[in-house]
Amino acid sequence: MNPLSDRDLVLELPTDIQSIENAVEFVMSRCSTCSDEAKRLNLNFRVGLTEALSNAMLYGNAHDPSKRVLVEVTMGHGRLQATVKDQGAGFDPASVPDPTRPENLTRECGRGLFLMRQLLDDVSYNDRGNEVTLVLRLDSGGALEGGAQA
Amino acid sequence: MSFQVSQNDGVTLIEVEGQLIVGNRQELKQQVLDQLEGGDLKFVIDFANTGYIDSSGLGVLVSLSKKIREQGGELRLASLNEDLRTLFELTKLDTLFRIADSKEKALEGF
Repeated sequence: MNPLSDRDLVLELPTDIQSIENAVEFVMSRCSTCSDEAKRLNLNFRVGLTEALSNAMLYGNAHDPSKRVLVEVTMGHGRLQATVKDQGAGFDPASVPDPTRPENLTRECGRGLFLMRQLLDDVSYNDRGNEVTLVLRLDSGGALEGGAQA
Repeated sequence: MSFQVSQNDGVTLIEVEGQLIVGNRQELKQQVLDQLEGGDLKFVIDFANTGYIDSSGLGVLVSLSKKIREQGGELRLASLNEDLRTLFELTKLDTLFRIADSKEKALEGF
C-alpha cells in the first residue's frame, strides 16, 4: 500500500479482504473537511469505499490473490472522488436486484452496490464493469492532507 | 473487531468492539453458530462500541437471524448509533430485527 503521487492518492492493494479496513482508514486519515461534513465523510464515503473494495476483491477478482485492486482518490473543487479498479471480467451493475424488495430482504448478499448508490452522490462504472467511480460532493471543498488542495 | 460473550439469564449477550466488516464478519458468525449449536437460542448483539457495519456485516446478521429463527430462537440488536441506524433504515433491515436502544432494554423481557 504505497502512495505513489504527491497530488492524488494512489494505492495498489492485494486481493485480501483483511487489507480493506486498513486501506480505508489510511484514505480517511488523509481526507480533511469541515465538521459539518464530517458525518458524510465518515459514514457515506467510508462505507462506500469499503463496499467498492469489497466488491472488487470478492466478485471482481474472485478472491484471486494474484490479482490487484487499484484505488485512486482525489479531493478538491468541491468533491471527493475515488476510483476502484479490479482485474476481473467486469459485470453489469444493472443486473443487481434491489435488496430492499421483500423477496430479497433476507438474502445475505447483494447490498453493497445499493449502499454505494444510497450513500454517494454519484456512482458510475466503466463499460467493462470492472472500474467504479464514487463521488461525494463537499460544500466546503475539502482537502487531501499532503496532497491535492481544494 | 473483537467481542465479549456473556450469559444473562438464558440470553447470550455478545458485545462487539470495532467495525463489523467483510474482513472479520466470519469470526462473529462462527461464534454465534457455535453458541447456537451448543443450545443457545436467545441472542443479543450489542453495538455500543461499533462505528460502522458494511454490507457483508449486515448480511451476516441477516443470515444469523434466519438460522436462529429456524431453531426457534431470536436475535435482537442493541445500541445502534445514528450512523448504524441510517444503514439499517436504508436497507430496510430495521424491519427485520428487534432493535433496542441499549443492551439492558434488549435483555428486558427476553
